[in-house]
Amino acid sequence: MRALLLRDLRLAFRAGGGFGLGLAFFLILAVLVPLGVGPEPATLALIAPGILWVGALLACLLSLDRIFALDFEDGSLDLLATAPVPLEGVVSIKALAHWLTTGLPLVLISPLLGLLLFLPREAYGWLILSLAVGTPALSVIGTFGAALTVGVKRGGLLLSLLVLPLYIPTLIFGAEIVARGAQGLSVATPLALLGGITAGAVALLPFASSAVLRINLR
Amino acid sequence: MGLSVESLACDRGGIPLLEDVSFALAEGEALVLRGPNGCGKTTLLRCIAGLQPVRAGNMRHPPDGLAYAAHADGIKASLTVAENLEFWAAIHGGGDVSAALAKMNLTDLASRFAQNLSAGQKRRLGLARLLVTARPIWILDEPTVSLDAESVMLFAGVVRAHLAQGGIALIATHIDLGLSEAASLDLTRFKARPRAPEPGSFDEAFL
Repeated sequence: MRALLLRDLRLAFRAGGGFGLGLAFFLILAVLVPLGVGPEPATLALIAPGILWVGALLACLLSLDRIFALDFEDGSLDLLATAPVPLEGVVSIKALAHWLTTGLPLVLISPLLGLLLFLPREAYGWLILSLAVGTPALSVIGTFGAALTVGVKRGGLLLSLLVLPLYIPTLIFGAEIVARGAQGLSVATPLALLGGITAGAVALLPFASSAVLRINLR
Repeated sequence: MGLSVESLACDRGGIPLLEDVSFALAEGEALVLRGPNGCGKTTLLRCIAGLQPVRAGNMRHPPDGLAYAAHADGIKASLTVAENLEFWAAIHGGGDVSAALAKMNLTDLASRFAQNLSAGQKRRLGLARLLVTARPIWILDEPTVSLDAESVMLFAGVVRAHLAQGGIALIATHIDLGLSEAASLDLTRFKARPRAPEPGSFDEAFL
């Protein structure tokens, strides 16, 4: 299991591994929005929580099809399925590797991008917390979508269509936490719901992902 | 602990390919599957490896005893030869990587990135994976594709050594490996009769 995680991380950081793809997208979005919307701090501060969360979500989506497609093409997935590791564990590790290479960098860079969007000072803590709690759900749900479309050639479009509706609750509660935090309101309810989504997805979806993977491998 | 198959029936894409396949292999035995393209060699091997459900029949083999090697070797281009093999060794509980490299004549290439290997060298790396799995039953699908004559002899020697240690090999191939001790089985004998798909069956949605 540890070997699989280390391999996936190593592959992501080597040439052509796709690390930084989501990060670059996130950065570009946060730089372009003020140019498109106009530089008024009041307007930007109002839309900043939503823009940052939508950006994080789309940045996650961008790298989903790499989770299983490459391993499927070169036969690694067949070999992993016959190896003495449970497939549920394999998909969990894959989701973790995706989060470490996509979600975690987004969490870490988000305060910097909040600065570009005039995010109110009170909201920074909530932005980092909401992304830290919410992005694991994005990776786990995305892994499920990637498992569903693994046999499909150029399945990126189908993957996006399948996964986006499942991302909506995470987006709503995540952005709500930041927006409420910016206004100094209580964030307990959206934070509890976001945490619930993440905990539920992490606990249940690996079983679904490995089941559809088994069907797609036959 | 051997490998035995009784009255196995396999489908591919909802079309019945093989039925009533039976054979048994004891320790130290090898079986070469033969037959024209599309007769079901790969499908049979995937069924036995557990990657595909069987339609009917039984198989018996020791749990976690199978090592499967097919057309796709599972090699990552941006990892070195040794890193590729170390990963599979770790997944299978730590086989001896340097011994496997030596046996497949890859020691000199150990630190080279897999993307710089020739097709035959990649194939040798894929086959070296069998050695680090430390599993007794090898399921090999066209193992000699893109190997030169020398490497085919090298691999035949590796298979022979595996058999001598009580291993089992089930090989689908068109090329004579020079394994005189291996029995041969022609799969055209087991060609399935055409069969209408059962309406409402589970596979219907996946055709």
